[in-house]
Amino acid sequence: MSQSVRFWWSGRAGVAALLLVAGISGCSGGGGARAEQRRPVGDTAVTAAPPAPSGPRATIPAEASAPEDGQWTRPARDYASTRYSALDQINAGNVAELRVAATFSTGVLRGQEAAPIVVNNTMYVITPFPNFVYALDLTQPGLPVKWTYKPKPMAAAQGVACCDVVNRGVVYADGKIILNTLDNHTIAVDAVTGHELWRTRVGDINLGESLTMAPLVVKDKVLVGNSGGEFGVRGWLTALDLNTGKLAWRAWGTGPDKDVLIGPRFHPFYAKDRGTDLGVSSWPGDMWKIGGAGAWGWISYDPALNLVYYGTSNPGPWNPAQRPGDNKWSITLFARDPETGEAVWAYQITPHDLHDYDGINESILLDVPWHGQTRHVLLRPERNGYLYMIDRGTGEVLYANPFGYINSTTGVDLRTGRLQYAADKEPELGKVVRDICPAAPGVKDWQPSSFSPRTGYLYIPHQNLCMDVESVEASYVAGTPFVGMNVKMKAGPGGHRGELTAWDPVAGKPAWVIKEDLPVWSGTVATGGDLVFYGTMDGWFKAIDARSGRELWRFKTGSGIIGQPVTYRGPDGKQYVAVLSGVGGWSGGIVAGDLDARDSSAALGFVNAMKDLRARSTKGGTLYVFALP
Amino acid sequence: MTARTLRGVLALAAAAAALACQRETRRFRESPPAATSETAVAMSELVPGPKTRDLPIRNPYERNAYAVSEGERLFNAYNCSGCHSHGGGGIGPALMDDQWIYGSDPENIFSTIVEGRPNGMPTFRGKIPNYQVWQIVAYVRSLSGLLPKDIAPARDDHMVAGPEPQRTEALRPKHAFTPSAADHP
Ligand code: HEC
Repeated sequence: MSQSVRFWWSGRAGVAALLLVAGISGCSGGGGARAEQRRPVGDTAVTAAPPAPSGPRATIPAEASAPEDGQWTRPARDYASTRYSALDQINAGNVAELRVAATFSTGVLRGQEAAPIVVNNTMYVITPFPNFVYALDLTQPGLPVKWTYKPKPMAAAQGVACCDVVNRGVVYADGKIILNTLDNHTIAVDAVTGHELWRTRVGDINLGESLTMAPLVVKDKVLVGNSGGEFGVRGWLTALDLNTGKLAWRAWGTGPDKDVLIGPRFHPFYAKDRGTDLGVSSWPGDMWKIGGAGAWGWISYDPALNLVYYGTSNPGPWNPAQRPGDNKWSITLFARDPETGEAVWAYQITPHDLHDYDGINESILLDVPWHGQTRHVLLRPERNGYLYMIDRGTGEVLYANPFGYINSTTGVDLRTGRLQYAADKEPELGKVVRDICPAAPGVKDWQPSSFSPRTGYLYIPHQNLCMDVESVEASYVAGTPFVGMNVKMKAGPGGHRGELTAWDPVAGKPAWVIKEDLPVWSGTVATGGDLVFYGTMDGWFKAIDARSGRELWRFKTGSGIIGQPVTYRGPDGKQYVAVLSGVGGWSGGIVAGDLDARDSSAALGFVNAMKDLRARSTKGGTLYVFALP
Repeated sequence: MTARTLRGVLALAAAAAALACQRETRRFRESPPAATSETAVAMSELVPGPKTRDLPIRNPYERNAYAVSEGERLFNAYNCSGCHSHGGGGIGPALMDDQWIYGSDPENIFSTIVEGRPNGMPTFRGKIPNYQVWQIVAYVRSLSGLLPKDIAPARDDHMVAGPEPQRTEALRPKHAFTPSAADHP
């Protein structure tokens, strides 16, 4: 592979880490394979395991944390998006005893990316299309179904879901369960009865729009954003009234300032993000009208500043030659007032995207000791491969350090805020450009990280993939894909396709890394018992030591895991861990969509990197709940 | 040169000559089947009462390499490739395998494209002229090796994504709603 700049495991520290691997991987239960070798199925190796830092640590801002009530009311658990639960019954000493307490078939065999939600002794699970919602009674043995809600979305919506017909979860607020359907409806149902309270259509499949994200409720607003960066949509984030479903505001991702809700309160940190109507002038002609910049990912909220944070998707089409300019406000982090939608600051992370590096990943709100001060920041493990620490009041980037292998860019200029492209990795019409790292899904895609205030580490599930691309002219036909790129993905350096990185926010570098053969497409959860849970695409559900990364327990579920694990306290006072098993999503399309592996461009090129998945996982759709005996 | 290789070379030359002849008759304006979207297309193999045998519709483009390559171009231009990739599938199902939800015969595929299919296949009614649809139909069938090798596209102009239709092993569908065209010379 060609040059990587500030590649953290190069140099002396890297050698030390490698030496450590040989010793530690022997303890992780799968034989002492060397770090750089292709690992056998399900085997892992930890590259280094220093003790958790004893010095100053990152903490969760109190206002943005969730009460320790044993519940899990939204996919990211708290507004800071830490996915941390202080529950500590299950810990390093007893996790080996963890066993299945209950299972439940969701009845749908597509990629299960949702987080189960737990509130008032009830668990709420949403399936991929057709988006059934089940309420399971946690007070009864076997978790019987209390009610099922079937929103009956349009079947045709399956044609505009770029990367499997997934859904990333429901949210509980004010006695309601709020869900999004693939065919662009946001719906509130009564959490007790399952009766529909309101239903609002927010988008149109004939414009290529769909909904896959989990909504977030802030005060009396339901925040929802569209998917469709591969369909030439015009992106938006929308707020609906929690009680009526009426549209409160819509902030477009492209277009004139009045549409993007940019007004007098808007103060971006960097000069490159200042100007009038940049959402129009940074595009050729009317291309902004089909320019992507949807908000299909995660939203965080800081109650102290009263700001919501979310990032926008890739610009359309992928072929960059068709859209010279910065393509604002694609791949941009926005801070907005949740009441009015007004933008308070914005930072375009990846201007004029070349490789589909969407900016929709989670923002984890933390307070971090930094150069003698406590900085109120957000951390973003970004698809372009950099972990950004950004002042959440101003949008200033404090650091942007790689957390995986990168050769498509050479770094972020902290003075101007600009990402620096590597000229030799730019796609060119009709030419094949090889070995671009990371590949289109980035070093990390939607799969959310967690943070433990006990270790001070961020636990990032991610990929290690590179790609060859050839750009071709994309024709815009509304309701059909608008991509213009032939892609072929493959494993990155080392030959493994996934990693789980424990990131030290204070040091700005990884503490240790677990290498996984397959992309780690599941979320992670961190607990007060100093455990981190995650799943693999061949179905292993694993518990690791939050301090060292050492594997402590694993269980093989029926299908690959790409869901978001959660933990909660049951009505019996016991701690449970729950996760959905059911492979699919972009990475698992080869199995969920029965794709043909002879075509390496299938599923936007992901199939080429996943040819062995069919032999390692079958379709599934099962909830697993674990507990100590 | 042994007699055996000589015989091989001669056979090859003969084949090449035959192919060349066929390619010479480049009929750019092939008249497509009269079928329109209104033509009845069986969508089930379960036929109540005595078996009736519908004669399958012949798609003349399946005998015309130029038309099939046009089909390939149109498959990209109309964004079929956006959902079906180069036959391996993505949003839509794979088209290079032997599994067909709505039938593999030319009239089935014609009707799939024109009518659309419920789980996300758009209807292209009124968007693509009929003769182009038939060209696309011929190309789609070439993806699973259902066209004669000398007609199927040999080379993609783009980054190689998979086996070229010409080199694709013929994957006869296990089931077809109507007897395949090959059974009715
Ligand atoms: C927006 C995405 C999309 C586009 C564009 C699209 N398709 Fe499809 N296609 C689908 C989906 C999804 C299905 C499966 C429909 C179903 O199961 O009901 C499908 C089904 C099909 C089938 C039936 C396969 C079978 O097993 O019976 C054929 C043939 C087909 N498409 C060909 C085409 C052609 C040719 C084009 C271009 C003219 C095209 N498609 C454009 C999404 C698409």
